[in-house]
Amino acid sequence: MNWSSYDTWIVLTGALCAGACALPGTFLILRRMSMMGDAISHAVLPGLAAAFMLTGSRGSWVMFAGAAVVGVLTALFTQWVNRLGKVEESAAMGVVFTALFALGLVMLVQAADDVDLDPGCVLYGSLELAPLDARLFFGTRVPRAALMLGAVFLVNLVLVIAFYKELRISSFDPELSTTLGIPAGMLHYGLMTMVAVTTVAAFESVGSILVIAMLIVPAASARLLTDRLWLTLALAVVLGAGGAALGHVGAIVVPSWFGFADTSTAGMMAVAAGAIFALCLLAGPRHGLVSRVVHRLGLALRIAREDILGLLYRLEEAGDLRRARAGEVASLMRSAIGGGRAVTRIALADLRRRGRVTLRSGELRLTPLGREDARKLVRSHRLWETYVARHFALPPDHLHPSAGRTEHYLSRDMRRAIEDEADLPKRDPHGAPIPERTNEPS
Amino acid sequence: MHRSLKEEASRDARSHERAEPSSEFGVASSRVDVRGTQTTVTAASAASPRIASGEEHPSNSPLSIHDMTVAYHRKPVLWDVDFDAPEGRLIGIVGPNGAGKSTLLKAVLELVPKASGRVTIYGAPYRRQRRLVGYVPQRESVDWDFPVSALDVVAMGTYARIGWLRPVTRKYRDAALAALSRVGMADYADRQISQLSGGQQQRVFLARALVQDAKVYLMDEPFAGVDAATEKAIVRILHDLRDAGRTVLAVHHDLQTVPEYFDHVMLLNMRIVASGPTRDVFTRENLQKTYGGRLTLLEQAAHAMARGIANSE
Repeated sequence: MNWSSYDTWIVLTGALCAGACALPGTFLILRRMSMMGDAISHAVLPGLAAAFMLTGSRGSWVMFAGAAVVGVLTALFTQWVNRLGKVEESAAMGVVFTALFALGLVMLVQAADDVDLDPGCVLYGSLELAPLDARLFFGTRVPRAALMLGAVFLVNLVLVIAFYKELRISSFDPELSTTLGIPAGMLHYGLMTMVAVTTVAAFESVGSILVIAMLIVPAASARLLTDRLWLTLALAVVLGAGGAALGHVGAIVVPSWFGFADTSTAGMMAVAAGAIFALCLLAGPRHGLVSRVVHRLGLALRIAREDILGLLYRLEEAGDLRRARAGEVASLMRSAIGGGRAVTRIALADLRRRGRVTLRSGELRLTPLGREDARKLVRSHRLWETYVARHFALPPDHLHPSAGRTEHYLSRDMRRAIEDEADLPKRDPHGAPIPERTNEPS
Repeated sequence: MHRSLKEEASRDARSHERAEPSSEFGVASSRVDVRGTQTTVTAASAASPRIASGEEHPSNSPLSIHDMTVAYHRKPVLWDVDFDAPEGRLIGIVGPNGAGKSTLLKAVLELVPKASGRVTIYGAPYRRQRRLVGYVPQRESVDWDFPVSALDVVAMGTYARIGWLRPVTRKYRDAALAALSRVGMADYADRQISQLSGGQQQRVFLARALVQDAKVYLMDEPFAGVDAATEKAIVRILHDLRDAGRTVLAVHHDLQTVPEYFDHVMLLNMRIVASGPTRDVFTRENLQKTYGGRLTLLEQAAHAMARGIANSE
């Protein structure tokens, strides 16, 4: 890999772009209006074209102004079509932004045939070319795109920090916000303006399609990692910037694996953002798939352990210890509870390791510790049967499955509550003795 | 004839106001009753310009609604609501689905536009008195997956006091925490709100209203979908508010508990059917009028207005 200052500028420009987009993007996601980002990023095109036609220049400020106006108009038009035409909101958005985008495309082809504001650039951007157009900034040659995106990122950052409280309340509860004198409508249009301006700044670098990836994907990834608003915003910026860096490296490295020359940096950045999202989806702490699977497995194992203890307790109770052989227990587990062979074996090993069960010459015995655990479980089981028999209209043979499911989740307080409510029952509905309460910790 | 009845009622109201201010509510409701039939609704408001000026409304009432009509797309959903809330009372708003209960609250708060009419809070327009009014929206109206903690939500009640562009400082977070303790939720301050049960979420909303320290509270179904413990906690807090001289209007669905929870009641079904002290107004007959189907003529009129069809005959 051949890294030059040229590549550093590309990464920096992309990272600034992602950071600038991530801030308004997070609020779009939280307001459940991600598609509005899509709509605005397309609909600003006629604003750009009109600004260009009127002034004949590609001066940034004119473009920003034109884009901001059309961005807010998009939000307004969508609302009008939605309300007045009684068209569903997403359909209204579809009507408005495609019409505006097409209009912009037509204007562009007519007016700007010979300048570099061409439709291809509008769609995909030209991040690779960014370092070629550099300005002197405090003695260093800095790409114009990096300067512009840096400025937009800073402005967005300052606005989000300054209006943090107002953005939070108007996003969470717009009605209350308005009654408190923080008009939610005004903040809505403010945010739309921010999205429009950011989109225009990002336009030249990443194009109108990939800018959506920068608005939405890092914010959606961050949302999977935390339940705090400020952290969501911070993580969205960091993940966005990380995706940009990863994307550029990927654009250089990955194609060479397959014998191709390097590929579109902006495209690879969006792919990297998608990969980061997938990673967050898998590994997120609370919502992540991996943590959910681990939790499930842990639960299944605990249930299997408790079922084995319960089984041994009942065998002991019946004086039927001949059957408490390891092989027998496994087959009993399968027939009685339906536990799989592997899970049963792991659970059994686990119980021996924890000193709940001993295995001597092929026979399983509860240790005092194991017997105490088993007592709790059987107590839960039989109390639950008593409870269900009292409150549900169920035949007696239907009690067992319900108790078999619920027994693993009853706390000490719940057991006592059932017991107190049923006037300290001695036997369950089938006549089996209910183990008495002890000074169990919980 | 309607006009004379109406004038009589408002004369009556003024004389009562002087003699016995606390009973003016009951009289005001009888004025409403007089106009409660659809034939008099428009006749009465058109007939007397003196009444249209709203001078019969006492200026010290925490909430006065003067001849308010609310329409969606020109179709009226609330007709000619005229109402004075007595101070320091718990007022239940009761009526069938689609009666306009939430709309009434939202129109008072200027969240939905009024087709006509005026609302005053302690004698001045709502816009100038915002700070005096607390609002508890329906629990379902917000996204409970939003990344904020219970404390964050309660602190929102202080935003108006904090003012624009200023951060939520320690002082306001402490106030929010105190409000959370009042509803028995101090231990849940740092919980993300999606991890709270329905009853706990409702308590968070209530704490947010408490921290606003308003004088008039408008609550949209504070008892909807809450557990028994929360219901008790809410009732206790409503009583505390009343004892502190606050006025509470709450949309309520459970008819059984109305006499127990509310001093006053407003029976609503597209118009005020009756309002006044619960023991006088909450009668089988009035309930039948409220729940026994809508007024067909009112519906027809509303539809005609929505379509913009004038009756030329």
